[in-house]
Amino acid sequence: MSVSITFNNIVKKYGDNTVIPSLSMGIRQGEFFTLLGPSGCGKTTLLRMIAGFNSIEGGEIFFNDQLINNKPPQHRNIGMVFQNYAVFPHLTVEKNVAFGLENRKVSKQEIKQRVDRMLDVVQISNFRNRLPENLSGGQQQRVALARAIVIEPDVLLMDEPLSNLDAKLRVEMRNAIREIQRKVGITTVYVTHDQEEAMAVSDRIAVMKLGEIQHIGTPQNIYHRPANVFVASFIGRTNILDRTCVVKDGKTILQLTDHYFIEMDNITVTKNDNKIPVKVSIRPEEFMFSRTEEGMSGTVISNMFLGLNTHYFVELETGEQVEIIQESSMEKILEPGTEVKLMVKKEKINVFDGETEKSITKGVINDAKS
Amino acid sequence: MMPNHKNRDIWSVITIAILILYAIILIFPLFTILKESVVGGESGQFSLEYFAKFFSKKYYYGTLFNSLKVTLSVTILSAIIAIPLAYIMTTVKIKGSGFLQGLIVISMMSPPFIGAYSWILLLGRNGAITNFLKDTFNITTPDIYGFTGIVLVLTLQLTPLIFLYLMGALKSIDNSLLEAAESMGCVGYKKIIKIVVPLLIPTLLSGALLVFMRALADFGTPMLIGEGYKTIPVLIFNEFISEMGGDDAFAAAISVIVIILALTVFLIQKYVSNRKAFSMNSLNPIQAKKEKGWKNFWAHFYVYLYVALAFLPQLYVMYTAFLKTSGRIFVKGYSLDSFKMAYERGGDAIANTFMIGFSALALVILLAILIAYVTVRRRNSMTNLLDIIAMIPYIVPGSVLGIALLLSFNKPPILLSGTAFIMIIAFVIRRLPYTIRSSAANVLQISPSIEEASMSLGASNFKTFFKITLPMMLPGVISGAILSWVTIISELSTSILLYTARTKTMTVAIYSEVIRGNYGTAAALSTILSVVTIVSLIIFFKLTGKKDVSI
Ligand SMILES: Nc1ncnc2c1ncn2[C@@H]1O[C@H](COP(=O)(O)OP(=O)(O)O)[C@@H](O)[C@H]1O
Ligand SMILES: [Mg+2]
Repeated sequence: MSVSITFNNIVKKYGDNTVIPSLSMGIRQGEFFTLLGPSGCGKTTLLRMIAGFNSIEGGEIFFNDQLINNKPPQHRNIGMVFQNYAVFPHLTVEKNVAFGLENRKVSKQEIKQRVDRMLDVVQISNFRNRLPENLSGGQQQRVALARAIVIEPDVLLMDEPLSNLDAKLRVEMRNAIREIQRKVGITTVYVTHDQEEAMAVSDRIAVMKLGEIQHIGTPQNIYHRPANVFVASFIGRTNILDRTCVVKDGKTILQLTDHYFIEMDNITVTKNDNKIPVKVSIRPEEFMFSRTEEGMSGTVISNMFLGLNTHYFVELETGEQVEIIQESSMEKILEPGTEVKLMVKKEKINVFDGETEKSITKGVINDAKS
Repeated sequence: MMPNHKNRDIWSVITIAILILYAIILIFPLFTILKESVVGGESGQFSLEYFAKFFSKKYYYGTLFNSLKVTLSVTILSAIIAIPLAYIMTTVKIKGSGFLQGLIVISMMSPPFIGAYSWILLLGRNGAITNFLKDTFNITTPDIYGFTGIVLVLTLQLTPLIFLYLMGALKSIDNSLLEAAESMGCVGYKKIIKIVVPLLIPTLLSGALLVFMRALADFGTPMLIGEGYKTIPVLIFNEFISEMGGDDAFAAAISVIVIILALTVFLIQKYVSNRKAFSMNSLNPIQAKKEKGWKNFWAHFYVYLYVALAFLPQLYVMYTAFLKTSGRIFVKGYSLDSFKMAYERGGDAIANTFMIGFSALALVILLAILIAYVTVRRRNSMTNLLDIIAMIPYIVPGSVLGIALLLSFNKPPILLSGTAFIMIIAFVIRRLPYTIRSSAANVLQISPSIEEASMSLGASNFKTFFKITLPMMLPGVISGAILSWVTIISELSTSILLYTARTKTMTVAIYSEVIRGNYGTAAALSTILSVVTIVSLIIFFKLTGKKDVSI
């Protein structure tokens, strides 16, 4: 039976080094929850606290309403998939998958049934009697997954399970993982630093930085309405521009250049100031080449044709460089040196407070308790 | 690593138990030696009289210089012989190189004093070659006894140690380093001196340290072939065993001096090699190439000459075992009489060797597994301490350990002298550092997440160890155990002090037969010992699929 997980002000220290200062959040029953953040931000540390391999220096972790801080890993009923697979090299595929059940006093016959079913689910029945050394990376990862799931754990924990696979296999396996998780419906906590992978598999994503949660939300939500500048730049690609907002006659005007203003109807300003400093996040695909004189002037510096899309680097009149992505068309690609006018899709761009870097755009949904 | 909810888990208990064991069987005896050495005979007070005695007479302190001379010569010569040997075997295709490497390992694993004995048979006063040269050409061969003989025997015996270390290091040198040097015009000897040797320095230093310790501690070789040329282990033995009533305290003081010397060398080596350490990882190892002409000839000549010098004398010992004897001398014709005699006189010794050897081996395996595991996986101040203590015997010569044990356990509450048990303890202590190292290397290769996976699947810590970790350690442990077995059965310097009529081992029996001049019996016993060694090593090679051994 899968559980919900609640974190209350948890703290992690290695000696004097505080890696997680105080973290609170909730993971819902049955959801695919991903911890996403740059290397070293504490994802593995947090995951291992859930598993019981790391001590907890402060706060509480609950599975449903049961406090698990002091439960040893053996008694937490977790399934864990490791980055290096950690498949037992001296046991066959079948024995690996059966290992957890044998620790659980399940009858021989039932073990056999459940192992058989699981080998089918992850599609490695054909290799059941092989030793791991004779399996490819992807197959070993399937064994690791089967072994973790077959014990019907309350929580499935995965730490960068795909990072040792090559690019093509990674996509294939992430689809497999997503599908299998849906099928068995276990609460899953997944760790990755690859934002595309996170978006592909997750119900919700928690974006972390330096041991703190920045934003918890659905992939769509995090991508379209990031809670702060860090999240905007970490998820997908974006251009961050320092600009000012002016409030005039109850209208909020974003001043992108001296000549290009746009009226924003989805940002909240508290100060009724003349010039409010803001940071604007414009994703490459949120730019349009203008066919009129409207827009920011700039010069094309370089182009790159990638089939589906064409990428440009453009230097704005202000001296900033921005990246632009356009769907490729039959028209000629703009050569370096070409003068262009750029407009933005104003309903898509995000605006942040210039100092706190927090979003002031409406529509942010952030489940992080801050 | 693990959360600290149960500080006193099973591993802490095991660590404490092993620490207590070490305190009793190693630390206490070493303290006893120290105490004996600094307490005056008459006064019973603190006094340095024994040390003063040692440094007052050339007869005594001369042995220290003798030992240093022998040890340094052997270390330097072994390195000089081993470097080209390893380089040639790595870069040139040598016919039968696998077989030759096997022979080199075997020559290294046989007891050094058998080497000494075989050279006496060949080049000694009544040696086969000596007589042959005198009778046919009227040439007098140089005197083999004394310094020359000791250095010859120990160098041939210990060169394989450095050789094996170097072979390992050469395997980790990436060929592209050499190709880069060649592309910049650095070829031939220049390449070896400027690139290869510097890359081998750290390995050379650790191999040299091992050779130094072995040469310093060796007792059988100088005893047999040294004659008037006394080294420290010989002096310790004589002072302790002396017919006139040995002087325990004086022997203890000399032991302390040896330990201080060994410790100093050990620390200097550590200091130097820490500053020189770097790690290499070869994706593209050096491949042996087929050479032509003179280069090929000299490469083969060098390798085969070395192997012949290292191995043939021992074959000659085996050959003499099948010669007819009359009284103490060999006569024309062949017979198995020597073996019959060996069985009559040394049958018990053979049984003892197996009994004591297997018991020690079982303990070595058990302790090495536990210590390797806790020192690698449960790092804390207690296991760090254990790690250091377990390595102490590395610098304590066998004869010193023997004396320490005898002085400590010759009276109640722990009266062990004269029992097989004290010999087992000695073997276990001496062999453990090596077996712990190889087992620890094994544990290091097991990813911690393998154990975590097991725990996450509900297996207890204990079950995880027995079902996951131990089976994964086992191949390494078994190969380590075979090597331990081989070194245990060829051990002499401790057994010679600890044995009694009831616990005599084969090496002791061979040694006494040689001393008594019963060359036939000695040769037969040596042959049996060599055969056991060779069979054990062949099993080792077959099991591990390796051509070398890590000591
Ligand atoms: N066993 C440890 N001892 C000390 N510091 C650690 C240990 N494990 C991780 N850290 C530190 O904690 C921080 C977070 O590490 P980690 O959780 O592994 O990051 P991530 O998985 O997000 O890359 C890093 O700064 C790392 O150096
Ligand atoms: Mg990590």
